[in-house]
Amino acid sequence: MNGSIVGSYVVPVHPHPLLVPEKNEGWGRIRAAFDEARNAIKESGADLLIIYSTTWPSIIGHQIQADPNPQWTLVDHDFHDLGSMDYSFNIDAEFAEAWNEANHNRGLQSRTVAYHGFPIDVGSVVALKLLNPDNAIPAVIVSSNVYANRSETTVLAKACLDVIQKTGRKAVAVTAMSMSNRMFTEFIEPSEDRIHSLKDDEWNRKVLEFLEEGRLEDVAQLSRTIHQQIRVQKVVTFKPMWWLSAMNGNRNNLTGRILAYEALHGAGGAVVQLDPTSTGMGDKEYDEDDVEYYKGERNVLSADEDATVSEESITPSTGPALWEPPEGKGAVNSKAAPKPVGMYPHARQVGDLLYLSGVGPRQPGTNTIPGGPIRDGEGNPVEYDIKAQTRAVVENIARILEEAGSSMDKIVDVTSFLVDMDRDFAGYNEVWAETLGHYGPTRTTLAIRALPTPIAVEMKVIAKI
Amino acid sequence: MAKGSIVAGCIAPHPPHLVYAENPPQNEPTSEGGWEQLRWGYERLRESLSKVDHDVLVLLSPHWQTYVGTHFLGLSHFEGLSVDPVFPNLFRYEYNLNIDVELSQAIHDKASNSGLAVKMMKNPDFRVDYGTITTGHMVNPAFDKPLVVISSNRSTDYYSVEVMQEMMMELGRVTREAIEESGKKAVILASNSLSHRHFTTETDVPEDMSKEHIASHAMHLWDMRIIDYIRTGQAQRILDEMPEFTEQAIAESDGGGLTWLLSTLSVPDYPGILHGYGTIIGTGNAVVEWPCHSHEGGSQ
Repeated sequence: MNGSIVGSYVVPVHPHPLLVPEKNEGWGRIRAAFDEARNAIKESGADLLIIYSTTWPSIIGHQIQADPNPQWTLVDHDFHDLGSMDYSFNIDAEFAEAWNEANHNRGLQSRTVAYHGFPIDVGSVVALKLLNPDNAIPAVIVSSNVYANRSETTVLAKACLDVIQKTGRKAVAVTAMSMSNRMFTEFIEPSEDRIHSLKDDEWNRKVLEFLEEGRLEDVAQLSRTIHQQIRVQKVVTFKPMWWLSAMNGNRNNLTGRILAYEALHGAGGAVVQLDPTSTGMGDKEYDEDDVEYYKGERNVLSADEDATVSEESITPSTGPALWEPPEGKGAVNSKAAPKPVGMYPHARQVGDLLYLSGVGPRQPGTNTIPGGPIRDGEGNPVEYDIKAQTRAVVENIARILEEAGSSMDKIVDVTSFLVDMDRDFAGYNEVWAETLGHYGPTRTTLAIRALPTPIAVEMKVIAKI
Repeated sequence: MAKGSIVAGCIAPHPPHLVYAENPPQNEPTSEGGWEQLRWGYERLRESLSKVDHDVLVLLSPHWQTYVGTHFLGLSHFEGLSVDPVFPNLFRYEYNLNIDVELSQAIHDKASNSGLAVKMMKNPDFRVDYGTITTGHMVNPAFDKPLVVISSNRSTDYYSVEVMQEMMMELGRVTREAIEESGKKAVILASNSLSHRHFTTETDVPEDMSKEHIASHAMHLWDMRIIDYIRTGQAQRILDEMPEFTEQAIAESDGGGLTWLLSTLSVPDYPGILHGYGTIIGTGNAVVEWPCHSHEGGSQ
């Protein structure tokens, strides 16, 4: 299945356009822009709304809302006198769980939350009530981790894209955020509202100029500068632009429209539409490492240095050299699959049958092992996640089959190799049932002493073309 | 009417882990305990406060964060379900508490007259923040005394620690004045941690104390420095070093509670009692009491 991002939006987080749009012309224009965005989303045929909200900070990794129907009455901490916000949302809990799992597969700390009375944040409530008032489109909400850097935020988006692509969803990505977020620190009359300072206004307009030109990745690259210039420092940084840019392939050639830009108690509130259609004007100019798998500090809970997960323990620093897969009669090689550890192709076609070389969980490009390796650089056993490894194997198989013009449903026979049958069979078997098991190939599972790289599972596949 | 007074001033941190570890009937998740050093500290604080007559608890919570002025709960009663947005696995608490609206209004009015931006919160749908509830529970689990609940104005974020201190010193001063004029006996509660660098992961068993420790040595040094000032009656030095402490220890004093507390106590030059110190997901937390009722001239 091929899912995609069919549209992206930036929307403000303040409750004024929802609760009292009539009290200030600018707030009314923001409300009208929300309405315009709502209609555009409807016309796009989107079947999923994904909200990244800056007013939902998290500490333990990212949190994803997974209550299918959260209901409550929200009152803003600052603007409680504007009124209460009743909400009842349609959350795609299945997608939330899949995203959470994809986050783990890519090395992120992440969890879902599904508790009665969980306080959904004001930015998410305003966005969902105005963009999706009838709950026609199921939604997902993700928090903004206060400690996340660009790598972590980018990988969060890539994990989300994994699920979108796997499930074939037509998704709209929304960041609930302010431009400049410096509000007046005193109470003002609605008629007195304006952007807090000329400097904030000038920066906002520059950022919006970029977005109107579809230069989302440029804004993402300027994120730290923008935050330093026009943001209250301790509040969640301008990182939503990292997420939104990664959700759009870190591109600078989107089609942008500014639907509104107004003051909200001094902060800069903008409704921006970013269509994925290329303007042909720009190109990707990605100036930082394009991270596929998060390897940052994690196991800080352990006082035992030996138990600390280091980069080396995730990316094997030792092991056999990687080879360019050889070309030859019937050879099938995929750049989307990890390089072999010897002189052999990813697969070979004979007649209408395709014979795959043994496929492990290593990731193409980075050579990282989802779920972690089974031993460290010194050969000492370390904890690993067999389910994450097995999923990664299945994904690599899918990539090779796709390259050959085949697919998962055409797999005939699988031979699986486990290095620790007692420990791993149950987890491996569970992932099998969720994935390959659906297609019904025959299977043989063998216990072996070791594999060439520090992995726990490998599969040998025969499929039809 | 007799002159009111502050009978005790306390640092009373609010990580929800403490309530979770206590397994009270109001909280849905259950635990096997944990964070005992701090919980025993709270036990000693409760024991100490039980011996001092008081009418009201006046609390400033860093988790009711307001960017536009300082707000006060302005209705006499609040009840409902509080779910911690960061640790919902630990804290889903049915709260039921009463507010001393008269005293809240009095502090509000004096603060307004002093030029501070203030507002009474009178929306009945408002959900009380979990910092208030956690501190309220740990100090007085029965919730049988009314509270004054004050929001944390984020002036540190907007301006600087120095500006925050200026505002919180003034808020503390008018809080003390309003209490004295009310004729009531009050306990002051600053609901904040000391160093505030969290772990970014959580163990499968959150109360697994073999995994609990301070986030870094630097944080430990800062916490011990502040505690030393507390124990030796050098509150002024805490205020003097607040900018460095707040920045370098990422301290929760950025919410203004500690400065406000010291101001309500007229910056005590007598020792505070350290009832307990411990870490919670890497942050440093101290349960402290300045027993001003026993110090002539404390807040009288």
